[in-house]
Amino acid sequence: MKSSVITFPGSNCDRDMDVALKKFGFKNKMIWHNDNELPKSDLVVLPGGFSYGDYLRCGSVASKSKIMQSVINFAKSGGLVMGICNGFQILVEAGLVPGVLLRNKYLEFICKNVFVKIDNKDNPYFKNLEKDIFELHIAHNEGNYFCTDDQLKEIKDNNQVAIHYCNNDGKIEEEFNPNGSIKNIAGILNKEKNVLGMMPHPERMIDSCLSGEDGSLFFKNLLNNIK
Amino acid sequence: MKISAIITLKKDVLDPQGKVIHQTLEGMNFKNVNEVRQGKYFEIDVNENDPKKAKEIVEDMCEKLLANLVIENYKIIEIQ
Repeated sequence: MKSSVITFPGSNCDRDMDVALKKFGFKNKMIWHNDNELPKSDLVVLPGGFSYGDYLRCGSVASKSKIMQSVINFAKSGGLVMGICNGFQILVEAGLVPGVLLRNKYLEFICKNVFVKIDNKDNPYFKNLEKDIFELHIAHNEGNYFCTDDQLKEIKDNNQVAIHYCNNDGKIEEEFNPNGSIKNIAGILNKEKNVLGMMPHPERMIDSCLSGEDGSLFFKNLLNNIK
Repeated sequence: MKISAIITLKKDVLDPQGKVIHQTLEGMNFKNVNEVRQGKYFEIDVNENDPKKAKEIVEDMCEKLLANLVIENYKIIEIQ
């Protein structure tokens, strides 16, 4: 299976993602933001980091970069596009998933492990996963998911919430919400379920010596789902 | 032609930075503050002499890049 990770100026999780994808069997290519064309891919990943120094709004400048037109066309034709952290911010700015990511509610950069609950497995990313609750890492300043009431209704009606922040028992409550996100939303899908944006970093949880293995479960399952 | 535009957060969007600035002002003994909302200001020099056209160009920029219309409003405040 072929994957492409886009590197923007200021991306800093692109190589971690490359390591993770290769570890679980993807043939990955790193693609520079200034390229025009995507190589043939089964999965495109927009990685975490601080593209363009978070100027204007996080992800806004990257969402207008040259390669993004190809990424948008790829997504519109049903291709799998996953944005992690800054990649999620780029996806919302590109209009590929609804809503926006605001500054964290308490104005802190948050860097810690959190639990998330997968609520919707009717998509290529989470289908067939046996577990519902995952421990993943977050590291962001703008992860406070926000959308209008109309958008929220549409998101719920179309079953687009991918993951919620929760505790280790899967309880979704305000006290387990690290950043003020509406309804504890940590990740969201587009209507067609081929585009996923999420704040947590699965690529940081692929080695039990360093962190944990929940990211490994995610990537292994993703590869099997795409095959 | 120079066009000035301001981008402000919509009324219902939480503005934590504005809140902190508000609290700080109160701490400095500015007691008459009801609310603080933080925004952005742009001054754009466009190569266009017709004020109406210049305004339209910057409005287009605001809609496509400078503002995120989910959370922000824009307003052209000065043309010179």
